[in-house]
Amino acid sequence: MENLRPNSANPKADLNYRRKKNAEEMRYQVVSFALMIFLTLIAFAVVHFEGFSHWFVAPFIMLLAVVQVIFQLYYFMHMSHKGHETPQLFLFSGLSVALITVLTFVTITWI
Amino acid sequence: MSTYAHKKGFGATIWDYLTTVDHKKIGILYLMAGGFFFLVGGLEALFIRVQLAVPNNDFVSAGLYNEILTMHGTTMIFLAAMPLIFAFMNAAVPLQIGARDVAFPFLNSLGFWLFFFGGVFLNCSWFLGGAPDAGWTSYASLTMEAHTHGVDFYILGLQISGIGTLIGGINFLVTIVNMRAPGMTYMRMPLFTWSSFVTSALILFAFPALTVGLFLLMFDRLFGANFFDVAAGGNTIIWEHLFWIFGHPEVYILILPAFGIFSEIFATFSRKRLFGYSSMVFATVLIGFLGFMVWAHHMFTVGMGPIANAIFAVATMAIAVPTGIKIFNWLFTMWGGNIKFTTPMLYAVAFIPSFVAGGVTGIMNAVAAADYQYHDSYFVVAHFHYVIVGGVVLALLAGTHYYWPKMFGTLLNETLGKITFWLFLIGFHLTFFIQHFLGLMGMPRRVFTYLPNQGWETGNLISSIGAFFMGIAVIILLINVVMTQVKNVRVGNDPWGDGRSLEWAIPSPPPFYNFKQLPLVRGLDPFWIEKMEGKTEMTPAEPLGDIHMPNPSFLPVTISFGLFVAAFGALYHVDGKDWALPVLFVGMGITLISMLLRSVKDDHGFHIHKEDFENEDKGGRA
Repeated sequence: MENLRPNSANPKADLNYRRKKNAEEMRYQVVSFALMIFLTLIAFAVVHFEGFSHWFVAPFIMLLAVVQVIFQLYYFMHMSHKGHETPQLFLFSGLSVALITVLTFVTITWI
Repeated sequence: MSTYAHKKGFGATIWDYLTTVDHKKIGILYLMAGGFFFLVGGLEALFIRVQLAVPNNDFVSAGLYNEILTMHGTTMIFLAAMPLIFAFMNAAVPLQIGARDVAFPFLNSLGFWLFFFGGVFLNCSWFLGGAPDAGWTSYASLTMEAHTHGVDFYILGLQISGIGTLIGGINFLVTIVNMRAPGMTYMRMPLFTWSSFVTSALILFAFPALTVGLFLLMFDRLFGANFFDVAAGGNTIIWEHLFWIFGHPEVYILILPAFGIFSEIFATFSRKRLFGYSSMVFATVLIGFLGFMVWAHHMFTVGMGPIANAIFAVATMAIAVPTGIKIFNWLFTMWGGNIKFTTPMLYAVAFIPSFVAGGVTGIMNAVAAADYQYHDSYFVVAHFHYVIVGGVVLALLAGTHYYWPKMFGTLLNETLGKITFWLFLIGFHLTFFIQHFLGLMGMPRRVFTYLPNQGWETGNLISSIGAFFMGIAVIILLINVVMTQVKNVRVGNDPWGDGRSLEWAIPSPPPFYNFKQLPLVRGLDPFWIEKMEGKTEMTPAEPLGDIHMPNPSFLPVTISFGLFVAAFGALYHVDGKDWALPVLFVGMGITLISMLLRSVKDDHGFHIHKEDFENEDKGGRA
């Protein structure tokens, strides 16, 4: 705990820096939020539009979902910040184990 | 708050252990509960060997034999080996990384009690209409046909104890990531901590597959679903996949901490730095990773086709590479070392050839084409007992001797320890070596008896004699434990004299706060480094300060007990018993109210004030 305290007695020492950082952070969040709503609208539109086959629509929506998950993790859950290396490692190794298992089922064992 | 241990009455001691959140006491609880189930599972093993000692034996009936066989496997894996692994993880890991406790002490206690009540529930089946009888793998094609409640006891009991294991695994992950002492980088962690870390990650990723499998089976058996009912469009093979997606990593969950314990022992008693430390870490992680890609080698004869069989065969053989790295590193650790053959070291040395034998038959089983011959024969039984007994059980016995002084403050008798070792080792090889040949001669596994004149009589008799050697060895170990605790000769910080890691720098058993000041870690084997510079203790990394400690709590017991009660309700509900549903609700009520209490009650723990330590140093009583 000791080393987490600011090393200056002046509480406003890095206030300007933090204010700038927060504004930047907020901008990213608003942009990604707008993008996520936009992606959701696209997903609805694709389903609604009758010209596309199911073989296009389903994977496309899944792709959009993956993009949304990435936005969620990196901008809303702050995984883009420093100090998240271990959660990332576990997230991605868990993901890779799960995906390889799924891949095995759909390619070689067929249940 | 006093920092001295007071003499307590019997009732107070019991209450202390029921409510403890101290990782050292939870380690002792795991050791006692796991040791008890180890004895139960061992007794079942002896019954199996008595039944098979001679052809056409009628010591037990066929149905009872199936129950004993199932419970032997289930008990040994889930209720003996896993908790004993957790016993040593609890006893050693926080000390090895220089932490004062695990990250979530309350959850640690909850994990133990969930395991305990799950195990008790499973064993209640013996007295309530018959134990599970579908094998420890509980394949759905068998369980769907089971007409007693045995399998339901298996499902619910393992589900409850599985939650406990998952909680324990996550707890150790968080502990090792966050609570290492200053200077304790990842690449300075002792190998037992490393293997506990990888094991915890495997628990995190593998146990959900078991949870899902048990959940589906529970719904099929108790609530009328059809996941595995072929007639209703289900598929029993799904269970096999789910079980082995969990089951194969489970094998590594058991063996990796065993490797860790042996790595500590080899380095300590060779009085050398562990050879190839970084390659050991790499091999541990690689084994953990590969463990997830080989599950279908348990299913070569299911009919997945040649492509799947070939890929899984190759993936399985790949695991021999990191395991080989480890074997050679242990050999090179001993090479040129100043070896002391203590009891733990004897176990470690005997482990190498025993485990290599198990590994070699593993590669034989991995050859998919040949596996069609070995499958479901005693060859497979011999193989997995060579890796589990020759690897895990030897490690657990070695760990018991090695960590006993750190856990209890006394040193187990070395002479009796060596007698145990020799009896156990001889018994183990007598029992299982001959089973390779019984398997190759065609004896199928899981048969309750066999006919004479097939050439199996001598082999089975030898095997049964060996089992009794192991039984006697365990009894001598128990005598050793009782004698040692009655004599109660206390030992110092470093009873083996050659301790390398942090746990040997503090008293045996350590005070409840472990480290008065967190130690400064200056390299791999930190205590050894300090000793080589002529110091007798670690350099502190912080000034003496207040220590924050968690309060004891009884809630883990009630949370787990509630699930235990609820499981009976769920189990008998399917019979249409009137009292079943109320019991289910009462049990869930106990659990949920306990959880609510935990949530609404502010429990900030307490502080040990530094003034108490200062008084203590001056000789005053705090």
